[in-house]
Amino acid sequence: MTNLLEARGVSCSFGGLHVTRDVNFKLTAGDRVALIGPNGAGKTTLVNLITGDIAPSEGQFFMGGDEITGLSIPDRVRRGLVRTFQTTRLFANLTVADNVALAIMQRKRITRRFFSSSTELPEVRAEWSEILSHLGLDRLAYRKVVELAYGQQRLIELAIGLALHPKVLLLDEPAAGVPHDEAPKILEAINRLPPDIAVLMIEHDMDLVFKFARRVLVLAAGRLIFEGSPDQVTADHEVRRAYLGSYADARRAT
Amino acid sequence: MSEIVATQVPHKRSIPFGQEAAGALSIIVLGAIGYFLYPDDLAFLTRLIGIAFLVLSLDLVTGYCGVATLGHAAQFGVGAYAAGIACVRGITDPIALLAIGVFAGTIMGLISGALITRFRGLPQLVLSIAVGQLVAALANKLSWLTGGSDGLSGITPGKVFGIFNFDMYSRTAFLFSLGVLVIVFVLLQRFVRSPFGLMCRGMKDDDLRAKMIGVSIYPRLVVMYGVAGAVAGIGGALTAISTGVVGLDSVSFERSAEVLVMLVLGGAGHLWGALAGTIIFMIFEHIVAAANPFHWMTLVGLLLILIVVFAPRGLIEPVLSLASRFKRKGEAA
Repeated sequence: MTNLLEARGVSCSFGGLHVTRDVNFKLTAGDRVALIGPNGAGKTTLVNLITGDIAPSEGQFFMGGDEITGLSIPDRVRRGLVRTFQTTRLFANLTVADNVALAIMQRKRITRRFFSSSTELPEVRAEWSEILSHLGLDRLAYRKVVELAYGQQRLIELAIGLALHPKVLLLDEPAAGVPHDEAPKILEAINRLPPDIAVLMIEHDMDLVFKFARRVLVLAAGRLIFEGSPDQVTADHEVRRAYLGSYADARRAT
Repeated sequence: MSEIVATQVPHKRSIPFGQEAAGALSIIVLGAIGYFLYPDDLAFLTRLIGIAFLVLSLDLVTGYCGVATLGHAAQFGVGAYAAGIACVRGITDPIALLAIGVFAGTIMGLISGALITRFRGLPQLVLSIAVGQLVAALANKLSWLTGGSDGLSGITPGKVFGIFNFDMYSRTAFLFSLGVLVIVFVLLQRFVRSPFGLMCRGMKDDDLRAKMIGVSIYPRLVVMYGVAGAVAGIGGALTAISTGVVGLDSVSFERSAEVLVMLVLGGAGHLWGALAGTIIFMIFEHIVAAANPFHWMTLVGLLLILIVVFAPRGLIEPVLSLASRFKRKGEAA
């Protein structure tokens, strides 16, 4: 099976601080992978390395066999590598519809048009309208993002990711800050994704991890210390000591 | 997995080309007020329209893209000189002169944009001043072409459409400028709402987010600078045609700073803000300078402080928020 994304021997250090050490992993079509690890393990740094926001000091990334290590952020996005942010990064002064519409139009390569009323283009409108409805944001379509609650903004972050039709989707704590009763919408949205794309999710909410992931990567101090199925992870002694602690014990007790 | 039936978001009720029609109509009404009530001030009002193009142009890069610049007069000045020089050398058709101004402004915009938008923040601001000063210095040094510090004079354009002569009361100049403003303003209204324009506003909000949806920022900013240069070039050419002279003031640092003040005053990021800022600043300056030629700058300074304190996002912002509140109330009812 082709690797949608592959990291080979990726390391990154800032000055003398090694944030990522010799990370190797592969994502294949249909993968649903959770990346877990204690705070400061370098999870977000790893996502930043994959997207090209920061450059690795060593190692390479590949997408479908092509090396992407030297490509710019937009070039990687055009190849289908899409991320969401841990702390929301949105077009705050635009409406919710505009935020999602921009992603759709960029994907469709129509953001170079100078004279057409953008958000209301029929083919664009149908798409953002559907995405927003699925996430329960349809009533907020014409509100400015800056006026919305943080939890709602988190869902827009996801909506933009979906609108880009990713091949590899990196979700950086998609449920952080989302009110508890809204959280299932995130899982629903992920379940609706085409089955052949690869999804890598950083998440602290272990309930969500176990519902979502078929494979778990555990990162500690910049190193991948474990890879396996969710059940193997909870059983692994080292992982429990490094991270899971009481959660695994509680899960076993029940 | 449960099937969720997606509901469609109801369409926004809007009249097609409603905004454009309102824009054109408002400018025509304002123009008519100027033309009929102040027939002795048409030369001043024509100058005001010329500057309005420059402020609109600045709004495109500063208000819509967040580029900090204090050298924007360069685009205006280059348009003015290009049209002026062409006219002195024998091309007298006003429309052709406008086209020359647009062309020169676009080229200048693309060059400035390519330099200035490579950087961000303070380096960007300093670079914009440097580009502006360079153009001003060239305009002064190339006196065989530009007239240097004496200014370029002897610009006598032909008839508009071969019919309307430029008269000494500036009637033709005013109406010609107003007509061009209506056309350009309507086009800009479409432009800022286009996918390209919307993306520029997005890039201003968060450029990393824009990159993460696959946008290359730099080429877009350069293109935007080119469009802004075209708009400023029109203003320059119109001013050259209607006043008959082009001086070093048209490329000066003071001009760049003044139009930035007008934009902030009116409200950056809105075309109406640019227009309102120009009208208020220039009329205020015109009246106060006539009443008190020694202290008018003091009064302009005071006015600015008051506006920045009480309406930091420009005079247009309270008007717009009032309008949207009114609209929301209307929808709720």
